[in-house]
Amino acid sequence: MRADLLAAAIAGLGEALAAVDAFDQVLIAGLLRPQPAQAAGLTQLADAVAGTPLASRVAEAAEKAAAGAASEDHLAALAAARTALLGSVHDALMTQVTEAVGRARGEHAEDNVTVPDGTVLASAVLASTRPAGRQAANVRAAGRSWLSDLARCGWRGLDNDVVSASAQVVSAMLPDPDLRRLATVLDGFAAELAASCPGATLERIPARRWADLWSRAMLLTLPGAAGSPVTGTVTGRLLPLGVDLQEHATAAQAQVHAVLEPADGTAARLVRASVSAPKPDTVVEAGVWQLLRPHMSLLAAASEGRSMDLAGMPVTGEGDLIWSDERARAGKPADPFATARVALPTAADAATAPLDRHPARIAVPVFLEGYAARKDKDDALTFTVAGHPLIVDTGRIPAAGPLTPEAVAASGACIGLLRWDAGSFSVQPLAVEATVRKKAVAVHAGGWAGGASDTAGVKAEKAAADAASVLRERAGRLLRK
Amino acid sequence: LPDWEKSSTARVIPPARPRKLAKVPFVELADGRLQGVVSSGSDIERVYVSSVAAGTCTFACSTNNNRPCGGARGSFCNHILALINEAVLQYGAERTARYLRVEVADGAPSAQGIIAGMRAAHPPQGDATAAAPVFSRFLRHLAYLDLAPVTVPLPEMQWFPPTRAEA
Repeated sequence: MRADLLAAAIAGLGEALAAVDAFDQVLIAGLLRPQPAQAAGLTQLADAVAGTPLASRVAEAAEKAAAGAASEDHLAALAAARTALLGSVHDALMTQVTEAVGRARGEHAEDNVTVPDGTVLASAVLASTRPAGRQAANVRAAGRSWLSDLARCGWRGLDNDVVSASAQVVSAMLPDPDLRRLATVLDGFAAELAASCPGATLERIPARRWADLWSRAMLLTLPGAAGSPVTGTVTGRLLPLGVDLQEHATAAQAQVHAVLEPADGTAARLVRASVSAPKPDTVVEAGVWQLLRPHMSLLAAASEGRSMDLAGMPVTGEGDLIWSDERARAGKPADPFATARVALPTAADAATAPLDRHPARIAVPVFLEGYAARKDKDDALTFTVAGHPLIVDTGRIPAAGPLTPEAVAASGACIGLLRWDAGSFSVQPLAVEATVRKKAVAVHAGGWAGGASDTAGVKAEKAAADAASVLRERAGRLLRK
Repeated sequence: LPDWEKSSTARVIPPARPRKLAKVPFVELADGRLQGVVSSGSDIERVYVSSVAAGTCTFACSTNNNRPCGGARGSFCNHILALINEAVLQYGAERTARYLRVEVADGAPSAQGIIAGMRAAHPPQGDATAAAPVFSRFLRHLAYLDLAPVTVPLPEMQWFPPTRAEA
């Protein structure tokens, strides 16, 4: 990887992020009684999208919001403007990543990545109601109304009453698989806000993060925005690279990054397979794997170092397999490091769906070796790759797994995800190779995904199974009465 | 070090720590209270709904059938003590003490220190009005077990990376 290319300055990036920050400051104080500084922030956001199809909608929304009279549609337009700006930041960063990684990049199957900035968002914002259940439309509207209340009170004005109003909305959404995406982000967001009440006494505010979550959720309440349309099916050999775990108090998702070698001999490509579930907040660590494991055989295959053979597996335009165990069977052993060394360099990267373009979505599989690992005085780890430092995000390594920051620090080769946050690139380790007693040993972050066999893992599995059985017993006795 | 306020993945809540759930299946810091559900030691069908308010330390304990807890007369019953202990296991003593706004005498906060600090404030006994909403929050929490996993991607989960507990 050409790590030097990641250090280059990107023209316009600072300006785009400054407009995002200006809007994020607006949400801190809230839009109930906007002050002149907030009016200026709103104008800065509107000016930044002045050359896009969103321009007039956003200019009107900014004006109304500055007067303390923003409707829900106006707030959605502001969320769209912020999302469009971060979409352009995403695209600029991905251009840099593509050069640095040196792989081909796939076209988005719907082929609308080339649409000028804002057009796709504008169509989502302008879209009138598509056919959808009235019940679903109602709960989406309830979600939008809650988010609008949040924008009015601002992060400084948070209190238990405004936050707890989300509970009913989330409970109504969770059982509907079509609303799961929106429900899951609202649930995680609301839990953070609840833990941060009252907003008036917060020492610091995660302004970028909360504005991100607010804008994402706001757009997902618009009809048609949350879909991930299947654009075809794939048949061929799937070679897992590693497992990325994501979790908040009441949900978890595991994503397996893998190289797909199509049976028809067409070019290999990078794909992801995801499984997610809502969970009680006391189901943690190994309990999360126990919850997800039965629904995707690929987790076990990835843990065991096996490939899988797929037949007619649905896939979206951004390379997400919509996993179904019936369409996959266990294949031959496949060492992820061999996949990373041999198959990864020629595999095409997936494109990102227009609405999902955001720097936080960047998670590009990379293989690194021949680096120097160094810990600085605050214990932060850096790999020096071809003479250039790359931050190692060890905080993303799940606790329920055999990979540790120490193993990463002692490693000689690493499969990871290249990410970008708060102005810098970093690599999230998915697996490392280290030399132990003159033998190369591989350790995987998702090593326990399919089940644990080492002593620590077995103990964690037992504790998690006990916790889950207590909850199920309590639920059986108390819930269905 | 990356700027926390400009980070999309800033960690806001530390992850809950694993704990045994047999005695106290549910505990939360919510609605301005430490609240939860304690399983009865003698009757498998019965649970106690207990809570302590932040700041005033006003406490309440009753069964899920709205009978007052015999132990919670004028002072903390064993259910409330168990609740505080489990909250400290799940959330850590520091976060629990901060949420409850309890003055802890000396050194690092602990469950014992939090309990002593609350008792020193001579907490008043509250009525049982919180019991019904707390119990329904517990049932809502249990209902998450019944929700089916999905294999469609949830892109927004990228905003929720795991947080490795500090060593």
